[in-house]
Amino acid sequence: EANAVIIPQCSHIPPGRRGCLMETTVSPNKEELVIRPLHSGDIYTSFQFRTLWETDFTRENKVSHYRLFPKSLGQVISKFSVRELHISFTQGYWRTMQWGQPYLPSPPGAELWVWFQDSLTDVDGTWKELTNVLSGIFCASLNFIDSTNTVQPSASFKPLGIGNVTDHQIVCTENLTPWKKLLPCGSKAGLAVLLKSEKLFHSSFHSQAVHIRPVCKDDQCKTTSWELRQTLNVVFDLHNSGQGKNEWSLFKMFSRTLTEACPVASSSKIYIDITDNSQGEQFELSPATPLLSQAVVLGDRRTFSVYDLTQQITFGTICNVLKLPVTYSAHAGDMLRPLLHAERYVAGYGLQTGEIHTLMYNNHPYRSFPVLLLDSVPWYLRLYIHTLTVTSKGKDNKPSYIHYQPSKDRVRPHLLEMLVQLPPNSVTEVTLQFERALLKWTEYTPDPNHGFYVGSSVISSLVPSIVAMDTNNSRERPLFSSFFPSKEESSYFVRVYTEPLLVNLPTPDFSMPYNVICLTCTVVAVGYGSLYNLLTRSFQIEEPSPGLAKRIANIIRKMRGVPPL
Amino acid sequence: YVRGIFKNLHGWFINCLRYLFCCFQDRAGQFFSSGHTNNWAVLVCTSRFWFNYRHVANTLSVYRSVKRLGIPDSHIVLMLADDMACNHRNPKPATVFSHKNMELNVYGDDVEVDYRGYEVTVENFLRILTGRLPPSTPRSKRLLSDDRSNILIYLTGHGGNGFLKFQDSEEISNVELADAFEQMWQKRRYNELLFIIDTCQGASMYERFYSPNLMALASSQVGEDSLSHQPDLAIGVHLMDRYTFYLLEFLEDIHPASKTNMNDLFKVCPKSQCVSTPGHRTDLFLRDPGSVLITDFFGSVRKVELTMETINLTDPIEQLESAESGELQKEMHTYADQLPVSEIIHQKPKQKDWHPPDGFILGLWTLILLVFFQTYGVKHLKHIF
Repeated sequence: EANAVIIPQCSHIPPGRRGCLMETTVSPNKEELVIRPLHSGDIYTSFQFRTLWETDFTRENKVSHYRLFPKSLGQVISKFSVRELHISFTQGYWRTMQWGQPYLPSPPGAELWVWFQDSLTDVDGTWKELTNVLSGIFCASLNFIDSTNTVQPSASFKPLGIGNVTDHQIVCTENLTPWKKLLPCGSKAGLAVLLKSEKLFHSSFHSQAVHIRPVCKDDQCKTTSWELRQTLNVVFDLHNSGQGKNEWSLFKMFSRTLTEACPVASSSKIYIDITDNSQGEQFELSPATPLLSQAVVLGDRRTFSVYDLTQQITFGTICNVLKLPVTYSAHAGDMLRPLLHAERYVAGYGLQTGEIHTLMYNNHPYRSFPVLLLDSVPWYLRLYIHTLTVTSKGKDNKPSYIHYQPSKDRVRPHLLEMLVQLPPNSVTEVTLQFERALLKWTEYTPDPNHGFYVGSSVISSLVPSIVAMDTNNSRERPLFSSFFPSKEESSYFVRVYTEPLLVNLPTPDFSMPYNVICLTCTVVAVGYGSLYNLLTRSFQIEEPSPGLAKRIANIIRKMRGVPPL
Repeated sequence: YVRGIFKNLHGWFINCLRYLFCCFQDRAGQFFSSGHTNNWAVLVCTSRFWFNYRHVANTLSVYRSVKRLGIPDSHIVLMLADDMACNHRNPKPATVFSHKNMELNVYGDDVEVDYRGYEVTVENFLRILTGRLPPSTPRSKRLLSDDRSNILIYLTGHGGNGFLKFQDSEEISNVELADAFEQMWQKRRYNELLFIIDTCQGASMYERFYSPNLMALASSQVGEDSLSHQPDLAIGVHLMDRYTFYLLEFLEDIHPASKTNMNDLFKVCPKSQCVSTPGHRTDLFLRDPGSVLITDFFGSVRKVELTMETINLTDPIEQLESAESGELQKEMHTYADQLPVSEIIHQKPKQKDWHPPDGFILGLWTLILLVFFQTYGVKHLKHIF
């Protein structure tokens, strides 16, 4: 049998085996960057890196050959019988009304959704271990995810899964560093070179995510392969970062330039959205490119200028500089209004009760569509479901499906799912009253006066689209348009996240234990001490010592033999 | 005469060789004198809130030095109680500066924080030291040291006489710390340990140590406060503490091959610069501090042995045939519908498992029945049923 033998392409050979499973096909690796100037003057950039991996975990041989697919994630998938995994870290809130819909929605904070294989029996234990392992991989505090903030929705997030809807997290370079290390080229070549943390975090919105799921290998879809997508969405506010002129370039945004494509990438492209610039009146790209591409994304047909980094002619100039002398004038109303939009806020006063209001806007002039609202509220806000009201245009709007799972103190949160039909051109308001609970002294965080976060609501919907969506899912499409597979041509799937809520719970005075100890000890020492002395000490009367004259007289009288004074 | 000269030259040559050989032996001896084979570092910042920016900068500057001198991220456990770099008050996000005018960004581009935010607690710190962590803890959060590890432990924050405050809500006392180190010694979790603390009255934290092979440094004596260095007007807070500022300057001059020893480290930040009096304790340390190199703790100098033997490789292994062709016809997979409205509306609610009634309900019913039969007597039973 083989001992320690070195064979090219096999990284590990378990002792006793006669061979190892070789990859027969090369994993295609695609990377792309989409830049879209927004009507508010911001720039929306979206990076996507995709790796495909052909392997089958149901076979006996343990998978031990990793080439482009990162080993840490491959081991996570195989060990915890994961079928699908989505994890995202976001800083900032996506402003739908000003920026439109994102290519990939994500809520503020951290979010983790996992689907397990059917063969898994102990879901709770595996979930706990999985969150700990992921917290180590991504340097994030995911180990605070436990049963008190995990939900298993029945209708949203098909196929059925278990998930944690946003925990408040601060996202910083320490989360970006392990994310970058998962890329095949790291941050050394290709589009990942642009990812410099100082520029990425100086932005209005920053979101990085990892999505692992099985995809069809071909049209017949008899076999599946694993797809790993790493996405990074950033919205830059150019005025904020000190660039007064309406002119941007890759170097100004990222303070790095592109010099080459990632050698293992089969395709490496940059797409610039020029739909609003069809006549060239708003801005001008330099160097100009003849490659144009059209794609149907988010229900709209958009035109893109394409720069292919695998072609050497793209790197004509030394640094890939794109200048746009842009004047964003006041016709911001021309932007396509997003059809679905949501807001949420807490109403009420005081530290005892409150009310959660969720507003959902349907901006379509004549079509109505159903939305599925998923709310996961922590147990320390006690919801009163009998006060739930859903009103549209002033009238009661009864949801066609409600699923409510009440919370159990310190065990699980509230879960509320509702399927509501939104009438055209209307605002639907969902209100719910709650009461705040008093936590135990040790359950408060070190900074309780900051408040406690309630995760975002998730609103999933099939929104009617203006142009026909492409339902042929196997054709090669740019990555940003192929994330949610479309089943029908007239509508597309949209997921909207509301703002997270920050509620103050009644906070005790944490110096009270110290005060109580001081007071008790003082009372005990002074009160009991004096009482004990009074009861147990015996008092003897003592003559005060006589003065000097009397003492001398006593000495003389003693010498004379006479009793003293 | 010539033979005499030749003998002299010969003798001189032999002496030279002998001297060189001794030098070599000394160097080689020194190379292997410390007795450790790997290095670990546990760097902790215990303060939260924006005005404690300097504590995070302290910890990150030691982290940077330690990484620069060779200790890899897998051997560093970095605990930061709050995030300053991406704090919304930070005018330059993703940066933490140690020198004013933003000269040196100690946060860098390649930082891995193992314990952040609420995870930095006394319990977690003691669990890391003693190794008693829950089984699902990932490797990056563990201190996997053995009896040949040199460990550097750096603590900074707000402290007092005999305690160090963690995140404004709990404290660790010097007795607990000394006991934790004794547990580490009993479990053979370190070879030598260097403990540095930069807080007010820091010397009180090492007074109670009693395990062998511990060396400790503190930024101030009991009764003295450690002061901060300089504020930056753009950021608005003090950037570093004095002791760690001068420690960072001292470490910037160290490179992996440097021969500086601990006696130079004890001289860092004299009273004229630090205002407080730094202290150190070496009585528990077996070796002479003058023979201990800085890189024994701050760097990770690997010892490499070259071998000239040849290794024979056996014949290459044959590949296994991938058994895809003989498989049964698989069913077609499809993408799941994201929002199947009709399915959702007609979904049957999940059948809840039947549980036997609660003890309370059973007791209540028993009570009711007892009272009934007590009042009316058993003979009425046949009329009821």
